[in-house]
This record gives sequence, C-alpha cells and structure tokens, in this order.
Amino acid sequence: MSSEPKTLFEKVWEQHVVVSPEGEPTLLYIDLQLLHEVTSPQAFEGLRLAGRKVRRPDRCIATVDHNVPTTLTERFNIVDQIAATQIAALRANCAEFGVELYDVDSPSQGIVHIIGPELGLTKPGMTIVCGDSHTSTHGAFGALAFGIGTSEVEHVLATQTLPQSKPKTFRIAVEGKLPRGVTAKDIILAIIGQIGTDGATGCVVEYAGSAIRALSMEGRMTVCNMSIEAGARAGLIAPDEKTFSYLKDRRFSPQGAAWDEAVREWSKLPSDPGAKFDRELVIDAATLVPYVSWGTSPGMVAPITATVPDPASAPTEQERTGLERALEYMGLKAGTPLETVAIDRVFIGSCTNGRIEDLRAAARIADGYKVSTKVSAMVVPGSQAVKEQAETEGLDRIFRAAGFEWREPGCSMCLGMNPDILSPGERCASTSNRNFEGRQGRGGRTHLVSPEMAAAAAIAGHFVDIRNWEVKG
Amino acid sequence: MEPFRTLTALAAPLDRANVDTDQIIPKQFLKRIERTGYGEFLFFDWRRTATGEPDSGFVLNDSRYKGAQILIAGKNFACGSSREHAAWALSDFGFRAVIAPTFADIFFSNAGKNGIVLARLSEEQVATLLDNAKTIPNYQLTVSLEAQTVTDNQGFSAKFEIDPFRKFCLLKGLDDIGLTLRHEAALDAFETKHDQANWLKAK
Repeated sequence: MSSEPKTLFEKVWEQHVVVSPEGEPTLLYIDLQLLHEVTSPQAFEGLRLAGRKVRRPDRCIATVDHNVPTTLTERFNIVDQIAATQIAALRANCAEFGVELYDVDSPSQGIVHIIGPELGLTKPGMTIVCGDSHTSTHGAFGALAFGIGTSEVEHVLATQTLPQSKPKTFRIAVEGKLPRGVTAKDIILAIIGQIGTDGATGCVVEYAGSAIRALSMEGRMTVCNMSIEAGARAGLIAPDEKTFSYLKDRRFSPQGAAWDEAVREWSKLPSDPGAKFDRELVIDAATLVPYVSWGTSPGMVAPITATVPDPASAPTEQERTGLERALEYMGLKAGTPLETVAIDRVFIGSCTNGRIEDLRAAARIADGYKVSTKVSAMVVPGSQAVKEQAETEGLDRIFRAAGFEWREPGCSMCLGMNPDILSPGERCASTSNRNFEGRQGRGGRTHLVSPEMAAAAAIAGHFVDIRNWEVKG
Repeated sequence: MEPFRTLTALAAPLDRANVDTDQIIPKQFLKRIERTGYGEFLFFDWRRTATGEPDSGFVLNDSRYKGAQILIAGKNFACGSSREHAAWALSDFGFRAVIAPTFADIFFSNAGKNGIVLARLSEEQVATLLDNAKTIPNYQLTVSLEAQTVTDNQGFSAKFEIDPFRKFCLLKGLDDIGLTLRHEAALDAFETKHDQANWLKAK
C-alpha cells in the first residue's frame, strides 16, 4: 500500500495534532518553549491571575538575552532599572513556576536561539515556539519552530498546545555551488530581496537544494533565522548526517540506544520524493553575490557592486514615496556606489550571525589588519559557550589586536534594548537581521551584511567587495 | 477580551507599506512588565521629534484624526518582531480595527487575541479608503464583523474574509486557554502517548 508523499513540514505537523475539531483551528502539541525576559512577564502574570500552573515545566527553558548589558561591569549592576526589574521578574517567575533558567551568570546563558541548538534542546521533528520572531532559526534542524505573541506564550505555558491554522508550503531550492565570498547570509538576503518582505506570508518555507545541503549547521541556522523577514511563518531544512553529527553528545541529546532510535526516526523526516508544495522557487547559487542592504526594510538589498537605487524607477506612487523616505532616513543619494558608503560602527553578533563559525569567518578577515580610525567596532558572541570556544581558539585576541571590542553574550545592538545603541545619524554595518528605522537606536542607519563583509567594512571604513579581500591571517 | 460586533468610527489614514512593529512600539517600551499603558508610546518615533515634541507632520498628531478607532494602512502591516506590545499599544490608543491589503502572520494572531479586527481589502479598495480619509472631513467607516463588511456613507462597501472560528471568538470575546481546555481529555491522552517518543523529548 502506498501512501501519499509528504513534505517534512506535513510529517512534523501530523505528529503533533492533538485534535482537529470541525470548523476550528488544529490544536498542535508543542514540544519545547523557549522563554526570555521581554515577552514572558505578562504571560506568567496571566497564569497567576487565572490560578493556572505551567503544564510541562520540563518542556520549557528560559534565559536572559534581550536586555542584558554586554560589559562585565554593567552586567551584574544594571543601570537601567526598568530592564533590571524585567530580568528580576523572569527570575521570580521561573522560581515560582519551576522553569529552568540560564541566568546571566550561567555558563549556558546566551541568545535563546543560539543556546537551544547548542544544548541539544532543539531536535529534528520537534515543534518549538518562543515569544520571538527569530524562532524560525531552529528550523535548520528540521523542527517546526515559530515566533509567537505573549498571549500565545501564556497559552503554551498553560496547555503545552497552540491552536493553529495549517500554513501553506513553499519550497525554495538553491541549486549549485556558492561562489567564493558568498555566504549563508547572502543566500537569505538574496531570497528576501527577490520575493519581498511579504513574499512568504502564510507559508512555511522548506529550504532545499545542493547549496543549502552544502551549508554547515551554523549557515543553515542563518538562513532559517531570517525566514520571518520574508514574512514566513517558519523556515526549515531536512535533517541529514550534518544535523545528527552536530547534535551527537550535546547535553540534552538522546544517548546510547535512545540516540540510535532517534536517528532512525529523524531519518524518516525529509520530504518524500514527489511531495507537493503549494509554491516552489529555484535559485541558481552561481548567480549569488555578496549583498548589502541600503534601505529600511530587509527586502531593500543590492549586490555590493551596485549603486543606491533611484526611487523614480518605482512602479507605483506608494512605492516611490516609500523609497524616497527610506533613502532620506538612510542619508543616501540615488546612484551612489555602495562600496563608497562610509560607516561609523560595526556590529558582529545576534541570533543571525553570532555563532562560532560566524566569528571564525570575521576573524579570518580581520587577522593582521586594524579597524579604521573612523570606525567603532564590536563583536558580541551569541552565547557563553560561543565566547568560550572563540577564546579557546584565540579569536578574541585577533579581534582585540585589530581594534574590535570583545563583549559578553546577548542580543545587544541587534535591537538595542540594552545600552548598545547607535546615536542618531550613525551608520552601521551589522550582521543582524533588521534594518528598520530606529532598530539599533533612534536615527541609526543599519546596513545588513555577512560577518565577513562587516569585518572588512570595519577595517576599510566603508563597504568593500569581500571577493577582492586579501586574507593575511 | 471585549466582544466586537459592529463599529462606526473615525478612520485615520497611515499611507505607508510594510509598517513594522518596531515603528508601532519601539524597543525602549518593551522593558515594562505590564500589559497596559502602551498607548502613549504608539508610533513613538513617528509621533515625536528627537527632542520629544509632537511631530505635527504625523497623521495621528493631526487634530482631524483625534479619537480615530479605525486605522487604514498599506500592505504587510505590522511585519517584523512578534512583540504583542504592538497590539496592546494600538488597542490602548483606541484602535479597534485596522484595514490593510495584507497583515504579517504573527500580528494577525496577536491582534485577534486583543479584540482588534483586521480587515483585508484589495489594494484598490484600501487606496480609495486612504484617499477618502485624507480628503473627507470627519470620515467615518463602519466595520461590521457580523456581516464582514466595511462601509461608509459615501457609497463605499466591501466584503472581507475572516476565518469563521476567529470571527466567532471576536464576536464573543472568548479567552483562548478556556477554549483549549474543552479538549483536556484529548490532550491528556495525546500527551501520554507523545511522551513515549524519546526523540521528541525536550530534555
């Protein structure tokens, strides 16, 4: 008897359907909820008011990342009292409801989307949620992972389920070999540039193709991380030997016979041949280049060799005024070559590009060079484990010798909820995920790039085509 | 959650596409642990100049739109961050409905949980409403959730689609957790079986 071929997403979905009542959304079981200080206090308060408990504390984990300062002195003596109160609230809530917390002094602390995989909490086939839109990162392991609002955080705490309407499926295949100097970050920037910031709304994207399979787990996480920037509900990639080898012997990975059983089950997850997707797109990897965002939306990207676009070429008036507004905010003139745009700040870090491989790549570019005297540059490892590994490899010494600041882990300047922010008018080459107005500080101008491009820009003082960089290290 | 049936109210035009949740409620206001009081921070960086003065050029500072309860916006409204604070801020400011060609997924869910009705109309219909709200003094719209229509007294009338279950919850003002707990027996049974799948255990 042959059954209908299924996609990876459909297999994960079906394994988590609690009930599917007529005329109502499906009730989906959630295997893991990640919690942090910013989007959880009102959820815990809701439980308290209703006299409810956390149904499965063993399926929750919490850490502090969004608010925490990245200097050692400020970290244990937070000046911002509102931020300090929020962190204290998470501590009290985790203690009251029995949720394990990786606090600021824990060796397991870090950005929630970096520690999940690092600890082996994230595993193929799981459903994972977090009150943070970049939860899609965990999809790199073949998990169905998506961001939710605080009411939904409360719902999962109380019931370990979420009512969900089934999203559509969208397969994006990147085929062929990536050219030299082109990274996972460039793949996802190219995709968002091509399909737009609402190009995958209502969809779960499965990234496939030889260029995706060739990526490391870190690279796959970078791609899945920014799915939300294309509007997608989630992004995922089929688990394979690389996935299993990354997870082997992590703290919360299955061990012994349970490991073998897990690998057998996980190996059944990839989309079946002939499985149908609602939409498909194929991208030729050979056509990709290093990208830089020039505007105030992640879809506003261009090849490093391009010039700032002209709003006059926009097809509609609303788009034209949108482009004019973006260029005005960014302080850029149409026709300016992107390589000539000078920068003031560099931020290397975030859940998009704050993993060990990102730091290795940036350090390789920076090794033997000095940061431009006109630029202030910082490296913020994504987690304590990433920081420790980088220090073991001597990456911190390379960065420091080049003139980068070496900081403590957290979300930092990706969203500027802690003291790491841009001043009005400052221009930043950033490895983060959003270039919205004011994202890194009111009036700040963010350009999204890969870690290599950010490191090179720090040294040159302006954007450079990484393909022409002379590696000294 | 307050039930929503039909609302006739002043409409404000926010003629921009891809309005992200960082604009709706900037990050500096996410540090609070309360669920209320976000209205004064709605669109903070657009409503106020760098020195904190009201920016007279921004639509919500225009006295013509004071008291508006319906917001008309461009496509992909509330994209970006999952912060429910965006829905709390819109609601606290007084908005009970938003009309746009498309909305971002997470906001769509957050709005529903806060009694805000989102009406998706075509780009052309939204363009008409934006024009009307800019040019007609005291421009009122009626959003009927029951009839799934947006109408004015100038002859405009459009239907919008909404998931029947979401409509039911908004009409009744129902709490989601309570609804889910109707299925508690099924959940208990599912969970017992699901817990045996070692490869799906969190820890």
